[in-house]
Amino acid sequence: MSEQAMIGSVLVVGGGISGMQAALDLADSGYFVHLVEKTGAIGGAMPQYNKVFPTNDCAMCIISPKLVECGRHPNIDIMTLTTVIDINGGAGDFTVRVLEHPRYVDSAKCIACGQCSSRCPKSVDDSFNIFMAKRKAIYIKYPQAVPLKYQIDPQACIRLNEPEKCGICAEICPPGAIDFSDRGQERYLRVGAVVMALGFQPFDPGKTRAWGYGLYPNVVTSLQFERFLSPGGPTGGVLVRPSDRQPVQRIAFLQCIGSRDKNRCNNEYCSTVCCMYAIKEAMTVKEACPEVEVTIFYLDMRTPGKEFERYFEQARTERNIRFVRSRIHGVEPKGQKGDLRLHYINAHGRQVEETVDLVVLSVGLETPDAMVRLAEKIGIHMTPDRFASISAFMPVHTSLQGIFTCGAFNGPRDIPQSVIGGSAAAASVAALLNPVRHSLTRSLPPPPEQDVSRQEPRIGVFVCHCGTNIAGVVDVEEVAAYAATLPQVAHVARNLFTCSQDTQDLMVQQIREKRLNRIVVAACTPKTHEPLFRKTLKSAGINEYLIEMANIRNQNAWVHSQEPELATAKAKDLVRMAVAKVSGQTARKPLRISIAPSVLVIGGGVAGMTSALNLAEQGYQVYLIEKTQQLGGNALHLYQTWSGEHVPRFLRELREAVQQHPLIEVCYTSTIVAAGGHVGNFTSLIRTGTNRKRTIDHGAVIIATGAKRYIPEEFEYGKIPKVVASIEFDKLHMHNETRVANGKSFVFIQCVGSRNRQRPYCSKSCCTHSIQSAIKLKKEAPDRRIYILYREIRTYGQRERIYNQAREMGIVFINYEQHGPPRIRKADNNVLVEVWDHVLHRPLEIRADMVILAAAILANPEAVALATMFKLPLNRDGFFEEAHAKLRPVEFHVDGVFVAGLAHYPKPLEESISQALAAAAKAGRLLSRKEIALEPNIALVDPDRCDDCALCLGVCPYQAIKLAEYRDGEGVLRKTVTVDRILCKGCGICQGTCPKRGIDVAGFTTAQLEAQLDAALEAAAPAEEGRP
Amino acid sequence: MKKEPIIIAFCCNWCSYAAADLAGISRLQYPGSIRIIRVMCSGMVHPDLVLQALNKGADGVIVVGCHLGECHYLKGNEMALARAEIIADTLEDLGIAAERFQLVWVSSSEPERLVAAFRAMSERLRAGRTPEIEAKEAGQ
Repeated sequence: MSEQAMIGSVLVVGGGISGMQAALDLADSGYFVHLVEKTGAIGGAMPQYNKVFPTNDCAMCIISPKLVECGRHPNIDIMTLTTVIDINGGAGDFTVRVLEHPRYVDSAKCIACGQCSSRCPKSVDDSFNIFMAKRKAIYIKYPQAVPLKYQIDPQACIRLNEPEKCGICAEICPPGAIDFSDRGQERYLRVGAVVMALGFQPFDPGKTRAWGYGLYPNVVTSLQFERFLSPGGPTGGVLVRPSDRQPVQRIAFLQCIGSRDKNRCNNEYCSTVCCMYAIKEAMTVKEACPEVEVTIFYLDMRTPGKEFERYFEQARTERNIRFVRSRIHGVEPKGQKGDLRLHYINAHGRQVEETVDLVVLSVGLETPDAMVRLAEKIGIHMTPDRFASISAFMPVHTSLQGIFTCGAFNGPRDIPQSVIGGSAAAASVAALLNPVRHSLTRSLPPPPEQDVSRQEPRIGVFVCHCGTNIAGVVDVEEVAAYAATLPQVAHVARNLFTCSQDTQDLMVQQIREKRLNRIVVAACTPKTHEPLFRKTLKSAGINEYLIEMANIRNQNAWVHSQEPELATAKAKDLVRMAVAKVSGQTARKPLRISIAPSVLVIGGGVAGMTSALNLAEQGYQVYLIEKTQQLGGNALHLYQTWSGEHVPRFLRELREAVQQHPLIEVCYTSTIVAAGGHVGNFTSLIRTGTNRKRTIDHGAVIIATGAKRYIPEEFEYGKIPKVVASIEFDKLHMHNETRVANGKSFVFIQCVGSRNRQRPYCSKSCCTHSIQSAIKLKKEAPDRRIYILYREIRTYGQRERIYNQAREMGIVFINYEQHGPPRIRKADNNVLVEVWDHVLHRPLEIRADMVILAAAILANPEAVALATMFKLPLNRDGFFEEAHAKLRPVEFHVDGVFVAGLAHYPKPLEESISQALAAAAKAGRLLSRKEIALEPNIALVDPDRCDDCALCLGVCPYQAIKLAEYRDGEGVLRKTVTVDRILCKGCGICQGTCPKRGIDVAGFTTAQLEAQLDAALEAAAPAEEGRP
Repeated sequence: MKKEPIIIAFCCNWCSYAAADLAGISRLQYPGSIRIIRVMCSGMVHPDLVLQALNKGADGVIVVGCHLGECHYLKGNEMALARAEIIADTLEDLGIAAERFQLVWVSSSEPERLVAAFRAMSERLRAGRTPEIEAKEAGQ
């Protein structure tokens, strides 16, 4: 296709977290986005969740800023209640036929006052609350919905079914937004690419009677349970039994409902997320009511993600959640009071009966029929598990060129994987449509900013309930009432979620109406939410820096959850401190500087090469730094992906593409020795193989430094030649070395060096890897005896298929516990492996020809130096710590630096590639802006106080302060301290040094800090006389 | 019972303030009389500010920065360390108990360490540190 013919806009189908992320990354990278969502509001499944694992963050709090960002982005057109009918054309130019279903409410007119809903006489079951609460026929999907516009349910509405009746909403709607004559209409969209983020639906356990769902009221799904725990849910976050609204004493979670099950449903795959969400829900219960007994009945606890194993361990040891390895086949009623009876086989092989008063079914994820039909119609290949068929090497590409895919439609996955997928799809689109970047986007000038410098402070205080996160502990009414009594406070408001779209609109309105010129938001932490509120101030026409946040959630409600009175008193103090500080806040203008349009990619493994190639295709210069003499990294040791794709061929092609791309310069045998600068303008010093030094300027950095393998110290490794690590075994296997060729009996030992006290994390890819090797061995010679000794088989997602295949082939899986590892000794020419058999309940001795150890993946020790150079955190296991586990999975708090691949955490190839594309999306998004606004929180000299002593010069780590000479009015040569606005980073070391209070960092001036201090100590008794 | 000692904690934006947020996410609990003031860097805290806090009624002041070598601004925490010695000397000169000021290093992933420092200081200040004892100490 000729470049002129390409279209610079993109269709994103599905407004869940993955689609939203793709839309935001694309819209910020220079493409216009049509975001099509079939329901009345974007957000997907996340708004229904109470909290997210493994951080236990409030789901609404973390998704709200993204919802708001999508809602107000000038280059995202959200089309709700819209479905895709057909897609025609090819990569670069598609014509999409969509159907906009009638809302019966004019979105342009609706002010979301809610009068319609309160007067609507028709109540129906609310699907957002999984039919456990009621909503009206005219409704919004959820209170924080974006767009916040009412819609009429045509099935429920009286008027739409009987034309002469009701119509109350139309009569009372203040702006006259109701339109019963609204009809669906088809539209055609022309786009250059399509991103399918079609999402999932929870499995419906009512399809069979076995679990009693739909028969007994106290059997609920995990999603229903999530709503029970949610402050916005049917019980307001109070956990009671559905049958009699009595408190719950004993809860059982049944895992793998609708997953890993070929009998009761056809979902052979593992749904990946259920183990973790069950632990999360169980922990939430235990946190609120420690006396409730919670049991999780499971097959394998699959907690392979970053920080997941610790979460599991915490649940087991600190929260006293009971874990029972057993599949429950049926739930029966017991007595008349709603109790439920479960039967299971315990660890000793005995049948046990247990009574509980609530059963939670951990339901799996599946692709809705309508989405499968759409995919089939368009011609997208699907897997037997009914997910989009993707290659591990191209994890966001469908079988059709120009149509990309992300999120749970690519196979069951959690939020970070969905977010990464969204970004990865955006990167792939950006590479395809690079020639027409910025051709269809528009930029809206911000509203004119009013000068408030001469006005007396009129402070608005917004107190957030954060659902029940704050309001459940702190008496927010009291805090708000108190805030109103503080000096200069002109307005106080309370909001359920201050970060939601409706509250943002309300804030803008109130700032304008009440002529507010300073804002305090008493909510969560400025680290995550200040950027959002700044934008709100901007759109209200006041300077974005006239804000201060009082951290009454993370640093108050959550750390004093057992002491509500104290937390309320402290919240008042924190609000008082913020009010004191904000009145000294001054308007600031960011400094705009140009961005170096190049990226430094550190690490020439698959992740680094993928990032480099994508960015080069996006038109940016890339410097790829590789410390060895060849590209490939750890993938050089891999032969196939879990689905059997050939890695060496892929690697060869990728390497050639990288080496041949004119915009990529590969620096072999090179390492980074120093780094400086900041987002948009980094300068790194590299040392090349010939010991030469070279300086590279770049706008962004991607860290893809990979990982190391664990050299086992256990299981006689290194002492018995027939005991090898899996990577070594692969090589031997490849060359059919005699030990392998003649071997009749093979034993794989899992979790070697992983999931122990020293390394409490799962290495994620070893279960799949061992099973693959085992299958290959068995296929070569079916009479071979193959044993896999495991603690938990973690073939998550569609990998479950190969686990099933292995068992069907007769590969023997034997479970062992951490406290009873297999024992190994040499016997004649063989190795004797002794392990306790949990099925036979006796020790088992296996005579093995080879023992293969699935050794752990370790963090690269070189990460420490890089982390120090770029000021990045590492987690306890030595892997790079991303900015946010859920929603910022490739970013750091340091702008302009991104991470991908094993440097972040152990993961299989396809996840490394996805993450590498996501990191490229972020770097590309940054560079596409061409210039960047530097934070104006820099040091300013107060000429009235500064006496030019120049003490600050020496302490400045950036040489940003200089003594400038000038001639005064009378021609006398004078000196004065000046600050370089670009070099200054705003650390304030000068401020801490200055003896005259002559230099201050804007936003943290000495006067402001003193004001905070005074406010903090206002309640404290003044220093007693004579007291030291 | 003596009320909880009031402690002003100057937390740097990059490590300790983030650790304080993480303490919340991890639901760690600590005494409610600690007031965190966010600063960009531990090196931003002027010794005068520490003395002011103690004079104006704080029982203790704790400055929390990134671990040495991990400062977001290269050497801000080294400056804080150098100043801590000056502050300690000044406190001695003024007859103020040394326990009332402390400098602590905490990384953004160490909420437990931060909370332990908060608790320890609170307990130390509470344990027997009645004004009488302090007055007596000062008299010596």
